[in-house]
Amino acid sequence: MSVFSTYPGQVIVDNPVSVPIEHRFDPYVDNGGTLLSISGEDFCVVAADTRQSEGYSINSRYVPKSVKLSNKTVISMGGCYADCLTLTKKIQQSMEWYQHAHGKTMSTAAVAQMLSIMLYQKRFFPFYSWCILGGLDEEGKGAVYTYDPVGSYERESCRCAGSASSLIQPFLDNQIGFKNQESNKTKLSLDQVLRITKDSFTSATERDIYTGDYLEIFVITSKGVEVQKMDLKKD
Amino acid sequence: MTSRLPQAKGGFNFDNHVRNTLMEGKGLGIPKATKTGTTIVGLIYKDGLVLGADTRATAGPIVADKNCEKIHYLAPNMYCCGAGTAADTEMTTALISSQLELHRLSTGRQARVVTAMTMLKQMLFKYQGQIGAALILGGVDINGPHLYTIYPHGSTDKLPYVTMGSGSLAAMSVFESRYVANMEREDAIALVQDAIEAGIFNDLGSGSNVDVVVINSEKVEVLRNYARPNERGVKEASYKYAQGTTRVLKSSIRDFVDIKETVHVTTTEEMDIS
Repeated sequence: MSVFSTYPGQVIVDNPVSVPIEHRFDPYVDNGGTLLSISGEDFCVVAADTRQSEGYSINSRYVPKSVKLSNKTVISMGGCYADCLTLTKKIQQSMEWYQHAHGKTMSTAAVAQMLSIMLYQKRFFPFYSWCILGGLDEEGKGAVYTYDPVGSYERESCRCAGSASSLIQPFLDNQIGFKNQESNKTKLSLDQVLRITKDSFTSATERDIYTGDYLEIFVITSKGVEVQKMDLKKD
Repeated sequence: MTSRLPQAKGGFNFDNHVRNTLMEGKGLGIPKATKTGTTIVGLIYKDGLVLGADTRATAGPIVADKNCEKIHYLAPNMYCCGAGTAADTEMTTALISSQLELHRLSTGRQARVVTAMTMLKQMLFKYQGQIGAALILGGVDINGPHLYTIYPHGSTDKLPYVTMGSGSLAAMSVFESRYVANMEREDAIALVQDAIEAGIFNDLGSGSNVDVVVINSEKVEVLRNYARPNERGVKEASYKYAQGTTRVLKSSIRDFVDIKETVHVTTTEEMDIS
């Protein structure tokens, strides 16, 4: 910049202010959606809505968040869809290699342990994914494993994750875990669990803008995995 | 208000600004206003105009109100759709509505739509966009039907068909493909309904029901919840709690305390009033 003056006393900066150029890299997006899993005595339910969104837009009304991994295990993921897709593929590939190496299908507990390692392997560039693993354990009992994006995991009786998790989880704690209830601590039947699951999603759809369109429910029993579909509101 | 502290003689008070930046630095966010992440539309037809709006109000990703009113009364011959910060659209239209009523009383004439538009834009411009109100103003006066859009910074447009809010693109795509001049009333309402529904179903900030207002030189029709395309289904289970579900932590039973009151009547000398 040249030095010039228009009137006496004017202060002119003759060198342009230099600032470091900031390069940004934002590889994550939140694609919304809600997922939950509830375990029973001899069954496990994994459910998720199928809306995929970005900001105020809907990318698609039907993109399943849950994938059947084996006859005893189902994985459900929310967060950044690209990361979820990659992580699902990694799990499926590792399960196939395990099958070839050992001549048997991975147990739910083994998949659970493996997923934790896969997530922690990317500790400083994590998969943006909220995972819930549902299935049957070695004794045939319902099992739910939940994860944070960097691999901390825990076996629980029920869990909800994703955009409406803060709306549904307290409801589940009360209805499935019987929290803040004196009596009435019975084991729930599959029918009761399915009703609670459906009501959780229809209610979350009312108040969370990222939840809606369709509900896909995976029911895991000793007979295998059965999939149910249900309509949710589309606004 | 009285205070013993020295009071500023005028101008703005920035006390809270310092406190708020301090709180923001500590990771505490500023309070979030309810937004009407909205779809609002308006169009001119043969005899007048039709205004339309959805009914969802949001606070971030949460639906704050499933059936709010976004078409505000301004004057007997004027209504105004509001998008943006809910409080701003409500207070701005209420304030201008009040001023228009006084204007009508002092002039003895029906207020004109340009008058309302000018009052709104001057107010919004004065506040330099800080009042987050995006409006669609519609009304019929002696010069016929008028339809305006007013942006938060105070700029205005006068067009035969308009849309605003986060669902404006979805709604405008319907208008651009099907709007024709001099439509019949029924066709105009159907087009407005479809435009709002495009916003309801394709924009996450919009939802629930369709509100419609039809204004022509003869009458004003307020069609609240003209369409309800998003009724909630019946629940699968009952969630009534049996008596005794909540644990009793402690109980204390007390008798009512009897308070006895005795009144002593003392007679004094009669006052001399002779």
